[in-house]
Amino acid sequence: MDKFSLLLVLALALFAIGFAGVIIRRNVLVMLMCMELMLNAANLSLVTLARQTDTTAGAVLVFLVFVVAAAEIAIAIPIVLLLVRRRRTLDADAYAELKG
Amino acid sequence: MNALLQHTDSAMLVLFGLFALAGAIGMLVLQHPMRVAMALIGTMISLGGIYGLLGVHFIAAFQVLIYVSAVMVFIVYVIMLLDVRDLSFTRRFTPLALAAAVAALLFFAALAAAVWRDTGALRPGTALFGIGQFAVDFLTRYWLQFEVTSVLLVAAVVAAIVVVRLDRNDHG
Repeated sequence: MDKFSLLLVLALALFAIGFAGVIIRRNVLVMLMCMELMLNAANLSLVTLARQTDTTAGAVLVFLVFVVAAAEIAIAIPIVLLLVRRRRTLDADAYAELKG
Repeated sequence: MNALLQHTDSAMLVLFGLFALAGAIGMLVLQHPMRVAMALIGTMISLGGIYGLLGVHFIAAFQVLIYVSAVMVFIVYVIMLLDVRDLSFTRRFTPLALAAAVAALLFFAALAAAVWRDTGALRPGTALFGIGQFAVDFLTRYWLQFEVTSVLLVAAVVAAIVVVRLDRNDHG
């Protein structure tokens, strides 16, 4: 097993842990951070594959993911602040009526 | 000497990978959001180390600059702002945690099977691309994606302003 497959498995594990965190944890901020972890795992797999195939497309996508992550946090944090101001809780269960 | 360097390289790679994995598992089980944030910062810095070892130093630099300095500082500020000790603090997992953990494991297995099946066909590259090659490709071949990114950023700024104004209308 070479280092590239090892890194790909690491990226998969990080993605699965982030996914598990989003669905297991109750705290809204922790769920957000687990989403960041999933983005990081995607970045790791992109860099690994870019390095393995020696193309720059993966590296370009990594930069786009950086921008998306920054924009996502810039939107998500004010939304969390609004929710907390309304109910005084970070518990995702308290906002169950949002499910539509 | 060269063989020693090669071994050090691999050992560092494994070490950073283990750090990243430990940080991720910590995120799953730690109770206080601040500790989760610290674990995530450790994972991100380890990933930056991995990028450096892979030879893409500019991505390593931006990983630390954007993720650790910008995104995580923002999140840490918000955690300090909202130290709410509610139900999500005393009981950190959902009642369906076991089912969710099994689902995540199945998800990991499915992803791993797909990767196992499909990455064998990849042929390793010969030359290492540097930042010069990357910059030329970024601004000539992928210029459209670059421009679309600016549209996304404008949309994000407008959305942030709208969210803030929404709040002001509610309370004043």
